[in-house]
Amino acid sequence: MGLRSYIITRILLTIPTLLLLLSMVFLIMRVLPGDPVALHFEKKATPEQMESMRRALGLDTPLWTQYIEYLGGLVDIGYILEHGYPNLGKSMQTFEEVGGQIFSAFPATLELAFYSMIIASVIGILLGVISSKSYNSILDHLIRGVGTVTYAVPIFFLGIVFQLIFGVYLRWLPTGLRINPAVDPPATITGLYTIDSLLQGNLFKFFESLKALLLPSLTLGIILSGIFIRMTRTNMLETLRLDFVTAAKARGLKESTVTYGYALRNAFLPILTMMGLQFAILLGGAILTETTFSWPGLGRYIVDRINFRDYTAIQGAVVVFGLFVTLVSLVVDILYAYLDPRIRL
Amino acid sequence: MVILGTIIVSALVIMTAIAPWIAPHDPAKTRVGPIREPPSPQFPMGTTHLGQDMLSRILYGGSIMLQVSALSVLVCFLIGVPLGLFSSYVGGVFDRACSLVIDAVYAFPGLVIAIAISAMLGRGVVNMALSIAVVYIPSYFRVVRSQVLSIKELTYVEAARGIGAKWYTILFRYVFPNVIPSIVVVTTINFADAVLTAAGLTFIGLGVEIHIPDWGRDLTSGWAYLSSGAWWIITFPGVMIILLALGFTLIGEGLSELLNPKLQR
Amino acid sequence: MPLLEIGSLTVDYPTSRGTIRAVEDVSFSLKKGETLGLAGESGSGKSTLGLSIIRLVPYPGVIVKGHIRIDETDIVKLREHEMRSIRGRKAAYIFQDPMTSLNPVKRIGAHFIELIRTHEPNTGKEEAFERTKTVVENLGILSERINDYPHQFSGGMRQRIMIGLAIALNPDLVIADEPTTALDVIVQAKILDLLESLRKVYGMALILISHDLSIILERCDKIIIMYAGHMLEYVTSIEMHRNPKHPYTQGLLQSIPNIELSDQKLVAIPGSPPDMLNPPKGCRFWPRCSYAKKICRVKEPPLIKVGRNHFVRCFLYGKKGVHVERNRKS
Repeated sequence: MGLRSYIITRILLTIPTLLLLLSMVFLIMRVLPGDPVALHFEKKATPEQMESMRRALGLDTPLWTQYIEYLGGLVDIGYILEHGYPNLGKSMQTFEEVGGQIFSAFPATLELAFYSMIIASVIGILLGVISSKSYNSILDHLIRGVGTVTYAVPIFFLGIVFQLIFGVYLRWLPTGLRINPAVDPPATITGLYTIDSLLQGNLFKFFESLKALLLPSLTLGIILSGIFIRMTRTNMLETLRLDFVTAAKARGLKESTVTYGYALRNAFLPILTMMGLQFAILLGGAILTETTFSWPGLGRYIVDRINFRDYTAIQGAVVVFGLFVTLVSLVVDILYAYLDPRIRL
Repeated sequence: MVILGTIIVSALVIMTAIAPWIAPHDPAKTRVGPIREPPSPQFPMGTTHLGQDMLSRILYGGSIMLQVSALSVLVCFLIGVPLGLFSSYVGGVFDRACSLVIDAVYAFPGLVIAIAISAMLGRGVVNMALSIAVVYIPSYFRVVRSQVLSIKELTYVEAARGIGAKWYTILFRYVFPNVIPSIVVVTTINFADAVLTAAGLTFIGLGVEIHIPDWGRDLTSGWAYLSSGAWWIITFPGVMIILLALGFTLIGEGLSELLNPKLQR
Repeated sequence: MPLLEIGSLTVDYPTSRGTIRAVEDVSFSLKKGETLGLAGESGSGKSTLGLSIIRLVPYPGVIVKGHIRIDETDIVKLREHEMRSIRGRKAAYIFQDPMTSLNPVKRIGAHFIELIRTHEPNTGKEEAFERTKTVVENLGILSERINDYPHQFSGGMRQRIMIGLAIALNPDLVIADEPTTALDVIVQAKILDLLESLRKVYGMALILISHDLSIILERCDKIIIMYAGHMLEYVTSIEMHRNPKHPYTQGLLQSIPNIELSDQKLVAIPGSPPDMLNPPKGCRFWPRCSYAKKICRVKEPPLIKVGRNHFVRCFLYGKKGVHVERNRKS
């Protein structure tokens, strides 16, 4: 099978997954016991008020009509072309378009996720490789211990400890927001502050946004690195025992060539797949990290909306999280196919 | 590893169980001392922003986490294991449909699902446990299913089928015992995850009511007064959560290493 | 001056259940251009012995005693980076399974170019590529296939490539560890022929490791019979044909089918190799030996000289033969 037909098949296979995912979200938000409108008002509204709210949000129609409308909104090309984002309904709190609110919060999450992933991969792969190479030594046990403990640390606890040390005691780094409030954020191109400021050649704004990014992405990156260490170590241990690694050593190749060009290069494919799977965990962690650091992203948005009991907004955010994960796993699979010569043609 | 983990977990369970007898103060009672007092001989772990005794709250505070995690693990176990056994044994369309749904849940960010469900169900121990359970049922299902699929084809199962054993006899007498080790590993890891997820839910405001002593709850309220530099309100509950999750993780990792000799060279 | 000289080599594998002595007190030497066969059942220590020569005994194995001199240099004492310049350039190794011995994500040519440029850093890319082409053509592989990946080749072809990688730098010694065991019978002879013709062209010494004594008898000058980590017999192949001494060697020879002897009875050696965690006391072979006497169960027989270039470790020959008793306390 050629790479092209593999990619097309893989994209087509995403459609049923997406449909299932969207239905699941609908099921959770509409079918589970608990009436969103009643919950929103916390029993402090008259039946008339609740009724008018239901009508305004289209919640008075039968379930299946709502379901069709909900799915239809997501694929309404006309709406997407007009607004630049899909129709996710209106907020119960502000009656603004949920799609628009999410669209403006999303880049913050993307930026955080991007840098955290880099930090987690660098720490995880580096320590994992070192650990596997010094198998069963004190260093190996130490690194494994760090990995295990990292796994057990609540992410927001690490964030709070960082805030306490670097923000409150040392006062070196900001404890919240994407950029110093005294500095105007860079004009939006991609929505990622670090990239936008670089594109505009503004180094000052670049460093300001990097400073704000440091603690949140370190927090998320370190927590995630625990899993990466373990994955890398296990895969490296398996690969290091393979014949071609011994054969490479027997040819007198450099240690670094054997470790990276032979072992890691081959262990990397399964590691890549697992990293793709961990992306879901990363997003879960992002919600808590964003809350800890008042980071105005999608996670912070969902938590804010929970406090306002804004169910349409929660539903929209959950849908976008799902779309994001699906997209990433699609990209990872295609990357895998591209990197593996046994699939590539 | 298993032993160390077991010691940590049982120590925490015992501590929580005997808290009413050893705690110096009522954990919920405010103003037993000054507000946000650093650790001192009288209050070894300091006091909260309401002047509650931190030590007493730590002693009591594991109770909610243990309840939530135990309940959610129980629900996961009761749904995930039989479903996995049945689905993979029966096979066919039913199995494929189950797997599709389970895989979709598995691929979804767990905390997002837990938040969505928890937001719908409202506060409380049972509701928290249920929303966490939904997230981790797929882990059980997947492990059981992959094991059963390989065991099902083994000769001794075929032989049992050959002598006309009933399907439920084969499933529970021949197949299930072989799946148990993997389930034990998943269960302990699940305990750790449930503890962390419960802490996370509490942190974003979906946990228990504010007056109830709970590590996650106290950590969250300590965070609200972060700028005062009151490290003890944050550190002690945080360390307790880490210890509990670490204990379960150690048991799980140790067991899986014992049961999977592949990496013991 | 021998090319390779090994003296009282002992290799241990410490495990959680006890120490396995995989190779014990092995001594032999090899001249330039000579061929030596290492024969024995699996677990006899022949691969460990082979791997010790390039100091790649798998974890947790360690060389606990003895020396291995290649061109007068004791490699047991070398540092890791010094050892690397010996591997591939002075002594090359060919592994059993060609299907897994090549890096799946590297093109064939890249394997060669990387090898040449590691050991001869002054070689340019172009030159390395030209040399690769020559080597690959000598293996009977079309040079267009240099840019293919390992998975695009058959097992036999891959073993040709492994042989090519072993001889590319014209080493003095090639160690081939069961090079044809994983291959089809028809391909086996072709691979061994290729190995032999290349060896003659380049004038290399060869150590051929195999569980198949017939292959070794056919292609080697000298033969070592290994059993449970011990050398039981060390002999030229002509002498082995004529006059095998050790009961184990005799047993092995009787189990080889011979097309010329129509009334030949194939005899299998009874029993199975010992548990290396608990090897039998005395001679390692006595539980399976039909000549075993009382002394065999108590005392370890020494390696004694029974003729020119003929050594055997067995009490059957103690009185008649010439003792070359070593001063060891065990």
